[in-house]
Amino acid sequence: MRKMLIWLPLVLFLGFFGLFASGLLKPDDRVISSKMVGRPLPAFTLPAAASDRPPLASSQLATGKPRLLNIFASWCLPCAAEAPQLMALKRAGAEIDAIAIRDARADVDAFLRRYGNPYARIGLDARSAVQIAMGSSGVPETFVIDGKGQIAYQHIGDIRADDVPMILDRLRSAQ
Amino acid sequence: MIAEAGLAALWLAAALALLQLVLVVFGLAGRKEELLGAVRPVAVSQGLLTLLAFLSLILLFLRSDMSVMLVVTNSHSMKPWLYKFAGTWGNHEGSMLLWVTVMGAAGSAVALFERALGRSTHMATLGAQAAISLGFYAFLLFSSNPFARIDPPAADGQGLNPLLQDPGLAFHPPTLYLGYVGLSVAFSFALGALLTRQVDAAFARAMRPWVLAAWVMLTLGITAGSYWAYYELGWGGWWFWDPVENASLMPWLAATALLHSVTVLATRDALRAWTVMLAVIAFSMSMVGTFLVRSGILTSVHAFAVDPERGTFILALLAIYIGGAFALFGWRIGAVREGAPFELVSRETMLVVNNLLLSVILGLVLIGTLYPLLTEAFGHKVSVGAPYFDRMAGPIALVLMIAMAAGPLTRWRRDRFRAVAGRLLIPAAVALVTLALVVALAWGRIGVLPLAGLVIAVAVAVGSVAPLWKRNLRRTPLFTWGMVIAHLGCAVSLGGMASDSAFTVEKLAAARPGDTIETAGWALRFTRIMPIAGDNWTALQADMTASRDGGGAVELHPQSRFFASPPTTTTEAALLTRWNGQLYVVLGQETGDGRWQVRVWWKPFVTFIWLGGIMIALGGALALVGRERRGWLMKWRARAAA
Repeated sequence: MRKMLIWLPLVLFLGFFGLFASGLLKPDDRVISSKMVGRPLPAFTLPAAASDRPPLASSQLATGKPRLLNIFASWCLPCAAEAPQLMALKRAGAEIDAIAIRDARADVDAFLRRYGNPYARIGLDARSAVQIAMGSSGVPETFVIDGKGQIAYQHIGDIRADDVPMILDRLRSAQ
Repeated sequence: MIAEAGLAALWLAAALALLQLVLVVFGLAGRKEELLGAVRPVAVSQGLLTLLAFLSLILLFLRSDMSVMLVVTNSHSMKPWLYKFAGTWGNHEGSMLLWVTVMGAAGSAVALFERALGRSTHMATLGAQAAISLGFYAFLLFSSNPFARIDPPAADGQGLNPLLQDPGLAFHPPTLYLGYVGLSVAFSFALGALLTRQVDAAFARAMRPWVLAAWVMLTLGITAGSYWAYYELGWGGWWFWDPVENASLMPWLAATALLHSVTVLATRDALRAWTVMLAVIAFSMSMVGTFLVRSGILTSVHAFAVDPERGTFILALLAIYIGGAFALFGWRIGAVREGAPFELVSRETMLVVNNLLLSVILGLVLIGTLYPLLTEAFGHKVSVGAPYFDRMAGPIALVLMIAMAAGPLTRWRRDRFRAVAGRLLIPAAVALVTLALVVALAWGRIGVLPLAGLVIAVAVAVGSVAPLWKRNLRRTPLFTWGMVIAHLGCAVSLGGMASDSAFTVEKLAAARPGDTIETAGWALRFTRIMPIAGDNWTALQADMTASRDGGGAVELHPQSRFFASPPTTTTEAALLTRWNGQLYVVLGQETGDGRWQVRVWWKPFVTFIWLGGIMIALGGALALVGRERRGWLMKWRARAAA
């Protein structure tokens, strides 16, 4: 027994060594695939985040027509950088709803006045509860929701100008 | 010229390390005293040469020598001198040079000051230290040369990451490295003792001061790093369970266990194999930590230098040193006799419990840190966050705290269970009173873990000073004071953590100059916002005055700072420290209508976290000085008697 215990550390270390080596030699892939794709949205009812837009509930996202759901916050700089792309998506016919994270109504109003307002409805998720339930870990993120209220695609990070055609494709194929 | 001199010193130091190893191997194998006689001078010269190389690099940074690649990529001539100086180790190559410098200095110290260890074990220890150093010299010289030149020289540097442009950089990495690398001495001691098969109480007494010194530095380094992250990152958090933080916590956990088991070995000649094992594990954890940080194998906010080639190099070093040490352990430890036995209820048992609990926490942190790597090997991507560590390690740490209060109240060798329980009566009563108080005052607002943390912190604070009960305080040995203060520090720190997570009040407000933000009894008046300029940055600074319950107003100046090279914005939180907590104010973005986002936290007793850390380190330092002083006194008396 003692004999085996004595060699245990070496055996454990060799295990770790193998793990490290496999981790190092593996090609780096930084693409995160979403676990939420294909699942229905979690059920939620959120209060209005902006003065001139209605509040948002999950039931309103299953209307038979695919929609975009953008997760943003007025305090988030990449969200401001993303705003022109969202406006472009809206002009291309996309219907966009939004959830504002950890925000205040006055701040959201100011943000929308300054960067434009592509949203139909905006819900306020004051404590990130819905965001976490949706498997979103930061702002901004954009979800493609199909007509049945299921998540068809999750875009992590801001939408760049090159991403706009891809998002429109996803939206079309979610039909 | 300076760069070449530094590089030459480094090559010479590497050559001396090789010479040191060869001298020890042939000296010990052939019992050639004339070879062994040269080992200590060689070790000291090697240490001096690494110091020379390190000083050369500092000089290059201070003079902003833009013909040196490392200075160009990590410094800028406009930077204040303190950050030029500290920028020396704010990068991969410089920090690895600091690593070998500390290693060389530790080797010199062992050569110069170690007197208690048997001659052959001492020599074997120096041989082992040289062998480890060699690997890191090779790493530095072949894949991370800090002195590489560029031709033609650059006009100016690219600047240092602004997050690092803080006095914290001057203090945190060097103390952390002194701790990290200082543990290499314990590792070498263990290898030396395994080679000569002399694992006994005398060996433990010789090793203890080295372990203590490294542990004190490591404690200070972690405490400083935690406070630095707390005020610099502007999130109000003090520990993020980031892989790199875990990399410094794991050696600390192992060293803490080692510190206690080495005491059992020194006092009672028990736990021989276990102590040697821990000495190997402690420095192995330092090396694994370095590997995790430097290879970029785990994604981390600390990933300063991500380079798989360097990762492969360090991995090879890990295989040689850790694998080699464990193999030597397996081969030789059978020859070490079992230590002295002890009873079930005894100080020894309590220290074994301490060791087991620390090892379990260490294991949990290690698994949590490496789990993403493990699942990735099987094709899944997973990240492990703070909830895992809090839930897994938290409760065990609380049990450990209770054992920590009970341990010093238990006698060596043999004690009676009822007697120990009797001594714990007062702390237990204090725990009940605290529980009743907190439940009465804050029920429903406080989670289970913070509640348990608060209660245990108060009870353990009382329990940790109990060893001084009924003692003549002036005749109490310094190392007993050290233990009491360190244990009290753990309780203080735990109290701060529990209070912070239970009672912190957060407020996010949009305010324009003239507004007053009220939260947690504080009134924060936002007077105005002004642009100001520093040495190498410009900032928007908010002038605010904070007052509590109508008391006197104190000025606060949170900033949003912009650095030109490299272009980055950092938040400089404004902190207002009171005895019972800290007000933490962060200035955010402008909202577009003349208002600014202001984030305010009131964090009751949060400063206790770091106060406790400093007390733990102070306790360790007192224990070190106390033990050493007793040794000198005994030697001096023996000489006087003769």
